[in-house]
Amino acid sequence: MAETQIKNFNLNFGPQHPAAHGVLRLVLEMDGEVVERADPHIGLLHRGTEKLIEYKTYAQAVPYFDRLDYVAPQNQEHAFVLGAEKLLGIEVPKRGQYIRVLYCEIGRILNHILNITAFAMDVGAMTPMLWGFEIRERLMEFCESASGARLHMNYFRVGGVAQDLPAGLLEEIGKWADEEFPAFMDDLESLLTGNRIFKQRTVDIGVINAEQCFDWGFTGPNLRASGIAWDLRKAQPYDAYAEMDFDIPVGKMGDCYDRYLVRMIEMRESLKIIKQCVENMPSGPVKSTNKKVTPPTRGDMKQSMEALIHHFKLFTEGFHVPAGETYTAVEAPKGEFGVYLVADGSNKPFRCKIRAPGFAHLQATEFLSKGHMLADVVANIGSIDVVFGEIDR
Amino acid sequence: MVEAWNSWIWPTVWIVIKILVIVVPVLLSVAYLTLAERKVIGAMQLRKGPNIVGPFGLFQPLADGAKLFLKEMIIPSGANPGVFILAPCVTFALALIAWAVIPFGEGLVLADINVGILYLFAVSSLGVYGILMAGWASNSRYAFLGALRSAAQMVSYEVSMGFVIITVLLCVGSLNLTAIVEAQRDLWFVIPLFPMAVIFFISTLAETNRHPFDLPEAEAELVAGYNVEYSGMAFALFFLGEYANMILMSGMTTVLFLGGWLPPLDIEPLNWIPGPIWFAAKIAFCLFIFIWVRATFPRYRYDQLMRLGWKVFLPLSLFAVAVVAGVLLTFGWLPTPVAG
Repeated sequence: MAETQIKNFNLNFGPQHPAAHGVLRLVLEMDGEVVERADPHIGLLHRGTEKLIEYKTYAQAVPYFDRLDYVAPQNQEHAFVLGAEKLLGIEVPKRGQYIRVLYCEIGRILNHILNITAFAMDVGAMTPMLWGFEIRERLMEFCESASGARLHMNYFRVGGVAQDLPAGLLEEIGKWADEEFPAFMDDLESLLTGNRIFKQRTVDIGVINAEQCFDWGFTGPNLRASGIAWDLRKAQPYDAYAEMDFDIPVGKMGDCYDRYLVRMIEMRESLKIIKQCVENMPSGPVKSTNKKVTPPTRGDMKQSMEALIHHFKLFTEGFHVPAGETYTAVEAPKGEFGVYLVADGSNKPFRCKIRAPGFAHLQATEFLSKGHMLADVVANIGSIDVVFGEIDR
Repeated sequence: MVEAWNSWIWPTVWIVIKILVIVVPVLLSVAYLTLAERKVIGAMQLRKGPNIVGPFGLFQPLADGAKLFLKEMIIPSGANPGVFILAPCVTFALALIAWAVIPFGEGLVLADINVGILYLFAVSSLGVYGILMAGWASNSRYAFLGALRSAAQMVSYEVSMGFVIITVLLCVGSLNLTAIVEAQRDLWFVIPLFPMAVIFFISTLAETNRHPFDLPEAEAELVAGYNVEYSGMAFALFFLGEYANMILMSGMTTVLFLGGWLPPLDIEPLNWIPGPIWFAAKIAFCLFIFIWVRATFPRYRYDQLMRLGWKVFLPLSLFAVAVVAGVLLTFGWLPTPVAG
C-alpha cells in the first residue's frame, strides 16, 4: 500500500477578508482548525509616503500624516509638527497647545471606539459597531467644525493649529463629554465587559508578557495591557499634557481581554482630558506669532505689504528649517508614533522616517496565533489594533 | 374513468392543494422574516432598517427575491457541479417537508402520523447533509471548514435535543404532535420543564446555525462558510432553507413547550381567537428571541461550542430524563398510553 502523506493546508486569509482590518494578507498553515503558522504579508497599501514627503514643503507634508493611520489622523499630524517645531525652535501659544491636546484625545477616542467595536465584530457581536459609529460621527462633526474635514483634518500646523475653534464648539464638546459619551460607554460595557461569551473568546487568548513586549517593540495599549505603565504623555509630556490630570490604565495578563479593558478605561481617561481642555481653555493666539512660520491673517494682508510678501513666500516656497535632526514621538492611540526628521536647511525635509506602532505589533501575529484556533487569530488581529495605512505607509 | 378519478386523481390534486396551502404561507413568512429581522436588528442598533422599497420597506423581500432570481448562478471551475447544485435543493426541500406533521390548529395537519416528533427529528437531522454537500462540492477551503464545523455542531446538539424531547414524551405518552399539544391543555410544558425548554431553545439556535452558534458561516472567520461560493438562486435556496428552518424550529418549540395552538388560558376572550393565530403568534415570539440573540451576543469558538454541547447540555438533559421519569413513576403521574 502506498504511503499517504498528511499535509497541513494553507489558508489565504485576506487581503479581501472581512476580518483583515484593511489589507492584511495572512497565510495560515492550518492543521484542521488549529493554526500552525501565521505569516503576515504587508505592502498592499504602500504609497511611498516617506519619499513623497521629501518632495513637499513642511506645510504640505502634514496631510500625508492624516493618511497613515486614518482612524486617528490628528495624532500623527501632531508628531510631525512637534518635530518641525523642535528643529525650528519655536514656541506654541497655550491656546494652540490646548486645542491640539483636545483634538489628539478626540483622535484617541475615535481610534479606540473603532478598534473595540471592530474587535467585537470579529468575535461575532455586531451591535457595538453600529452604536460606536453613531458616536464616532459626533466626534467627526467636531473635527469638521474646527477644520472643515470630517476625517483627514489637516488641522495642525507647525507652530499651532490652522485656525481658532468656531464659537460654541467648546460648549458642544463639553456637553457631549458630560452626557452623550458616558451613556454610550455604559451601554457598550453592558454588551461586552461582563458577557460570558465575550470573555470566553478573549480571556487568556493571545497572551503577551512584558518580556515579549520589549523584544517585539510593543508600545501603547498593547504594552500597557501587559503590565508596563509606559505612556509618552506621562513619561515625556509634550504640549499641554503636563498640565492635565489623568491616569494610565495598566493590564495584568496581557491577553485580548486586558487589551480591550485598557482601551475602554483609556477612553474614559481621554474624556477626563477633554473635559479639562474644555474647562481650562486659555485665550490668546492659536498659532505661533513668528511671522516667518505662521502665515498672516487675511486682514493683515490687505493692510500690510510685508504681510502680503510673507503670505506669498509661505505658500509658494514655505519656511526653511535649519539643518538638524530629531526623533519626535507622541503617544498615538495605537502606541508610540515617531517621526525621525532630518532637515538640511531647505524648505523640504531631507528625510522623514516614520515609526508606526502597528508595524511592530503586526509582527506578533505569528507567535500569538501559533497553536490557537482560527477564531483566535481573528480575535488577536482585532485586539492588537492594526491599521494598514500606517503599517504599509 | 370515474374509478380512476375517485381512487387517485382527485386525492392527488387534493394533496397538492393542501401542500400549497402550507408551503405558500411558509415561504411568505420566510420572506417577511428576513424583513422583520432587518427591522428588529435595525431598531436595536439605532438605525432604521429597510425603508425605501414600498411603505416601511414592505416590498424589500420581493425586491431581494427578484434580484437573486435574476442573478447568474456561478459554478466554480473546481467544483463538482452535480453535488454543488443538489446541495441547496436538499437543504430547501428538507426545510419544507418537515412542515407536513406540524399541527397548525385542532386537526389542521397534513399528516397526522403517530411518530410525528420522530419524523420531525429525522428530517431536521438530515439538514446537515445539504451543508456538508455544499462544503464538499464547492472545493473551497473556507466552505470546507464551514461544512466541517456545521456537521460537528449539528450532530452534537441533536443528542441533547433528543433527550429533551424524551422528557416531553414521557409526560405525554405519545409521539403524535397533536397529542403533545393536547396534553398541554391545562399547563404548558414550559412551566414544569423550564430548564429543558431553555436547553431546547439554545439547541435549536445551534441546530439552525444562528448566533451565537453561527460558526459555519462566521463572517469574521470563514467569510460566509459553506455558502461562500454560492450565488443567485442557489444562494437564495440556502437562505430560504435556513430561515424556513428557523421558523420550523420555533414551531417545534411552540408545539413541545408553548402549548401549540392553545390559548394561554382557556377563558372567554382568549379562546375566541382561532388556534392557528395563537400558533403563529407563539412562533413569532420565538423568532423574536432568535433575532434578539443575534443582535446581542458574540460568537462561540468551535471548541467552546463542542464543550457546551457535550459537557453541559448532554449531562444535564440526560439527568433530566432520569429525574422526570423518576418523578412520574414515583407519584404515579405516568400518562395512560394513547391508542393509535
